[in-house]
Amino acid sequence: MEQINELKARYSISDSRDQRPDLGFITVDPGRLAALLAELQQVRGYTHLSFITAVDYPETGTFQLTYMVHNFESAHSLGVRTVISRDTALMESVHHLWKQAKTYQRELKEMYGIDFPGSPGVDDPFILEGWQGPPPMRRDFDTRAYSEKTYFPRPGRKTSDPRRHMQSRLYPDYTPFEEET
Amino acid sequence: MHNKETLPNLGLPEHERDLFCDARPRVSKPLASYIEKFLNWSRANSLWILAYGTGCGAIELRPLFTARFDISRYGMAPRPTPRQASLLMIGGYLSVKTLKRVIRSYEQMQNPKFVIGLGSCTVNGGMYWDSYNTINRLDHYLPVDVYITGCMPRPEAIIAGFEQLKKRIKDGRAEGANQYAEQFDWYKANQKKIITDWNMPDYNW
Repeated sequence: MEQINELKARYSISDSRDQRPDLGFITVDPGRLAALLAELQQVRGYTHLSFITAVDYPETGTFQLTYMVHNFESAHSLGVRTVISRDTALMESVHHLWKQAKTYQRELKEMYGIDFPGSPGVDDPFILEGWQGPPPMRRDFDTRAYSEKTYFPRPGRKTSDPRRHMQSRLYPDYTPFEEET
Repeated sequence: MHNKETLPNLGLPEHERDLFCDARPRVSKPLASYIEKFLNWSRANSLWILAYGTGCGAIELRPLFTARFDISRYGMAPRPTPRQASLLMIGGYLSVKTLKRVIRSYEQMQNPKFVIGLGSCTVNGGMYWDSYNTINRLDHYLPVDVYITGCMPRPEAIIAGFEQLKKRIKDGRAEGANQYAEQFDWYKANQKKIITDWNMPDYNW
C-alpha cells in the first residue's frame, strides 16, 4: 500500500482500495496507464500480467478496463483499472510490456470492439469465424433477437417454472399456499 | 466445361479449385426390395459411430462405450475417422464454428449414413437457444434421423435412440443421405447463411 501511495501523485491515481491483503485495485487515467504498468513491471516487481478484461457500461457510455498484474515476491495482485469512452473505444496497447497482451487485446477487439492500434494481429478473428454483426459482448447487442433472426427457432418452445412443474407432477392434489388465498 | 451440375467452389482460392470435388452428391436408388431388405438388416446391425462431442453430451458416451453399458453388444463401435463411420452422433450444442467442421465430417462419410442428434441443444437450441453463436435446429443444416432429447440423455435413453434408428433403417426410412442429395441446394443455402467465411469445398466427399 505504501508503494501505491508513492505512485499516487505521479500517475494521478484517482481511486485505490484493498479488497484483500493480497488483492488491491487502483484507477488511473487511460493516458497514464501504459507508463504506470511499465513502472509496476520493471521497478515494483509486478512482472506477471494475469489478464486484461473489460466491462461495458452503456448507462455512462464507458468501458472499464482492468489489467490484473501480479507480484510473485510479495504474492500480491494489483488490478489497474481505467475508464475509456464507449464511442471511440480506443486504448493504448501494452504488448511491448507483455507479449501475451496481444491475445487479450485481440479478444477485446472482437468481443467489445475496443481497438488497440499497433497490437500484432489485433484485427484477426479470435474465436468467431467470419462474424459480421456488432461486437457480441456489448450489452446493447440483443442476442435473442439476433438468434431468432439467424438460427431458425423451432416453434412451440415453452418455459415452465421447475418448482411448480415438479409439484404438479409429484403432488397433483397439493395446492400451494400462495394460490389458496 | 462448367455444366449446370458442377459446383463452383467459390470459397476456395482459384489455384486450389481443381484439387477438390466439384460434383454434387447423387441419390442412390434402392435395389430390388429383398436385397435392400437384407442390406438394411446388415446396416442396422453394424453401426459404426463417429462421435462428435461438441458439447456436454459427449460425457454420456464414455459409459456407453465402456464396460457398464458396453455398446459393442449391439454391434456398434466408435471409429476415429468419418470415412469409416456410418453414424454421426452430434453430442450437444453446435456453435457456428463447430457446425462447419460437422458439415465437413458428415460429407466425408460414405453412404448410407445416419445422424443422431443428442440432447435438447440439437433439437431447439436447449439452454443456449438465445445465444448469438449457437444454432437452434440441426435439421436445417443436416438430415437428422433420430433426436434423443434430454439435458443430458442418460445412456439408457441413447440406447433406446439406437433401437429407434435401427427400426428406421430396417424399415428403409433412414434415407438421410438421399434427402441431403435431393435437397442439396436448400441445405447449402441454410449452411451458407450462417457460415459467412465459407473457405471449403461446396461438397467434401
